[in-house]
Amino acid sequence: MNSTELWLEALMQIIPDETRIFTDRADLYSYSYDASFGTYLPEAVVQPKATEEVSNIMKLANQYEIPVYPRGQGTSLSGGPLPVKGGIVLDFSQWNDKLEIYPEDMMAIVAPGVLTADINNAALKEGLIYPPDPSSSNVSTIAGNLAENSGGPRGLKYGVTKDYVLGLEVVTPEGEVIRTGGRTVKNVTGYDLTKLIVGSEGTLGIITEAILKLHPKPEATATLMALFADLVAAGQAISNILRAGIIPAKLEMMDKACIEAVEAYEPQGLPTDVEALILIELDGHPQAIHDEILKVEDVCRETGATEVIRAKTEEEAAQLWRARKLVSPAIVRHKPTKISEDATVPRSKIPHMFQRLKEIRKKYDIDLVVFGHAGDGNLHPNIIADKRDKEEMRRVEQAVGEIFEAAVELGGTLSGEHGIGTLKAPFMEMELGAAGVEMMKRIKQSWDPKNILNPGKIFPEPGQRLVLTDD
Amino acid sequence: MVQQLTERSALSFAYAETFDCVQCGYCLPACPTYVTMKKETQSPRGRINLVKMAAEGKITYDELEGPINLCLGCRACEVVCPSGVQYGKILESAKEVLYEEKSKRAKLFQEFVFGSLSNKTALKTAGAGLSLYQKSGLQKAAQKTGAVKILPERLRSFEKILPQRKRNKWEHFYPAQKPVYRVGFFVGCVMDAMFHSINTKSIKLLQAAGCDVAVIPEQTCCGALQSHAGAKDIAKKLAKENIAAFEKYDFDFIVNSIGGCGAMLVEYGRLLEDDPDWKERAQAFADKNVDISVLLSELELPFTREVNKTVTYQPSCHMTNVQRCINEPLTLLQSVPGITYVELPMKNMCCGSAGIYNLVNYEASMEILDEKMHHVQAAARKPEIIVTTNPGCHLQMKLGVEREGLSDQIEVVHIVELVAEACGIEG
Repeated sequence: MNSTELWLEALMQIIPDETRIFTDRADLYSYSYDASFGTYLPEAVVQPKATEEVSNIMKLANQYEIPVYPRGQGTSLSGGPLPVKGGIVLDFSQWNDKLEIYPEDMMAIVAPGVLTADINNAALKEGLIYPPDPSSSNVSTIAGNLAENSGGPRGLKYGVTKDYVLGLEVVTPEGEVIRTGGRTVKNVTGYDLTKLIVGSEGTLGIITEAILKLHPKPEATATLMALFADLVAAGQAISNILRAGIIPAKLEMMDKACIEAVEAYEPQGLPTDVEALILIELDGHPQAIHDEILKVEDVCRETGATEVIRAKTEEEAAQLWRARKLVSPAIVRHKPTKISEDATVPRSKIPHMFQRLKEIRKKYDIDLVVFGHAGDGNLHPNIIADKRDKEEMRRVEQAVGEIFEAAVELGGTLSGEHGIGTLKAPFMEMELGAAGVEMMKRIKQSWDPKNILNPGKIFPEPGQRLVLTDD
Repeated sequence: MVQQLTERSALSFAYAETFDCVQCGYCLPACPTYVTMKKETQSPRGRINLVKMAAEGKITYDELEGPINLCLGCRACEVVCPSGVQYGKILESAKEVLYEEKSKRAKLFQEFVFGSLSNKTALKTAGAGLSLYQKSGLQKAAQKTGAVKILPERLRSFEKILPQRKRNKWEHFYPAQKPVYRVGFFVGCVMDAMFHSINTKSIKLLQAAGCDVAVIPEQTCCGALQSHAGAKDIAKKLAKENIAAFEKYDFDFIVNSIGGCGAMLVEYGRLLEDDPDWKERAQAFADKNVDISVLLSELELPFTREVNKTVTYQPSCHMTNVQRCINEPLTLLQSVPGITYVELPMKNMCCGSAGIYNLVNYEASMEILDEKMHHVQAAARKPEIIVTTNPGCHLQMKLGVEREGLSDQIEVVHIVELVAEACGIEG
């Protein structure tokens, strides 16, 4: 028997149920991708359903030095679960048997494969919410969100995934089971390993259970749309709203190209002669937000909004949000490939970032639209292309590199919420410096001496550059 | 059987369409087979990727076949897709390629089934469509071809729930007293053979609501099952026969009571899009086709009695996801005096019937059906009636009720039967 046959046989001993181990080629190809770029074939896919199974798999992986890649439901936009060096994909999507809500402690304890939206829905029944709301929350697993430290529109007011984690159960790369944090809000015992694991993109440990903090459900919401003939004015309005002491639950922005695409796809009656549109949702006590939404309207008008539409009913609010929902299908109508970036800048630099993006669009002659969570500086410049057109993709790759440079120069970051994965690894040093990356590498080496847990992520390989084609 | 990416294979597969999928995964929770079979391979995103891999010669047709055959074709994924991927087109292209590659043995069995459907005389002499499900003809064919060894067990489960057959010859014209619309009625093959009385009630309801109804004898099978199996040439031939038959008359609408056939009829435009002689005629035909609930919910019905029952509704996938006929059946249902409507949780999930899926993939289909019956049990009020809009769903839900031992508590009816009862119309 060769080494692969040996470890596959040992794997069958660890997982008693043969329906949870896949080695057929059709299956291997089905776990070779995520929502980013590139396909890489693993040698086996396993669906673990117990901490002990994961621990034994990691011990086996150490013995045979097999790379292991944790995977939720493969919605990653940065390549997090891609099996770039072959080996074993651990599919956690079927391990979803624990979803416990503790209303008195305002806390949830969940298995790794539970869907993010299901946690929020279960919390709602107790008058609570789980605030982080990545747009994939109906599909993405909580452990995937934890590994990537996912954000979402509510990030402005409520923060992101890391702000809601009290404790974790983690299997280390060497197969030990540890617990970080606990069931209390305050906990300063030792290093804060919880924060280290969250956002480590599955490179330091495998999350097998999480204790999450919940928040009381706001009683009511209010929605408003404002249109601006000038991008700088829109950016100014956002700043002025926040300085007026109002923190919206969501503050989304769409640029002219997005509005035009939506109107061409499914007309919403939006004017296409404006430069930007912002959508604001407030939540809280009904009387408080009743006053605040009027104030937001005033601020928008004073800052030069050409039109302000305030939703009077829930249906009207849904209608306003529909424009934002239609952006995704609208922008891929002519070309299929969507490169969704999440470079993030300080809020005050949003108008500058828009200007830089405009220049980049012109310089590389690319289709670039901008929308996103403007309130927290987390814009989503989306480039629309066709990945079969190699020449176009080279231009896109250069443009993306320049978007990252612009964000870092403006005091921002490569990634607000999608993670580094394979895609952004080549740019790490630009933001963190050589010493910064080296300190991170040392942490990785001490946790995973054989470099078997999710190798090929975060840290660039020698000579690695951005590649947005599949081959 | 390793294929190279020849121009031919890339063309036969809807290869370009696979690039529209950005692999976001939003389709996963909507896919019944992903939910029950619990792996990416049996999901829309997985299948689209495998079609692409097969077109590029990275996997063999044999490796592609399992996941494609286990797809229900319910197309719930298309509705939730944020990128507008044409899954139906990709699926059917794969079925077509696989159909051509299939061994003679397996093909014989399929040709028996589809040959019967497309040949009205054969259908009648064989004792009509029921024979498809009964032991005589099909079992013999299955044994002869050696294609389906476990078929008898599957057939036994369906036998119990099959309706009594009673068919009469169609008159050709059913006039309304004060006609609002002139409609052509599409009878369908399985529907006409197994649920003849539902067609009769449909026609009487249309008449009562103010439609002149014609049942033209030149019509034939819609071609849906053939198309879903990859026998596209047969489907196209049938489509052309139907188009030529109906365009001779000046109908305002062409009406059917069969969610699945209706979906095929409205897609004739797409089916014949590459045929310049037929493209426009096919689209004109498709545009005239509507489900009966569209007209009955718009027109005035002579309700005469109350139906004091708790009723739930299991939508037909093809009616929801392909015809996009969603609100009309509900409006019609809720207009029936006396009923208490209770929504079925996860109602848009397929019941697992899916044409002949429940015969060909019996175990997989029953797992999906069990999931569906859990949802029936979880409804806010226990329904006394489950309403369907398609004969396949009708039989499958009946089987589900039977499997749960609820036959004395829950009745399964076609929406037309319920409305007819409230109007005092007999079959």
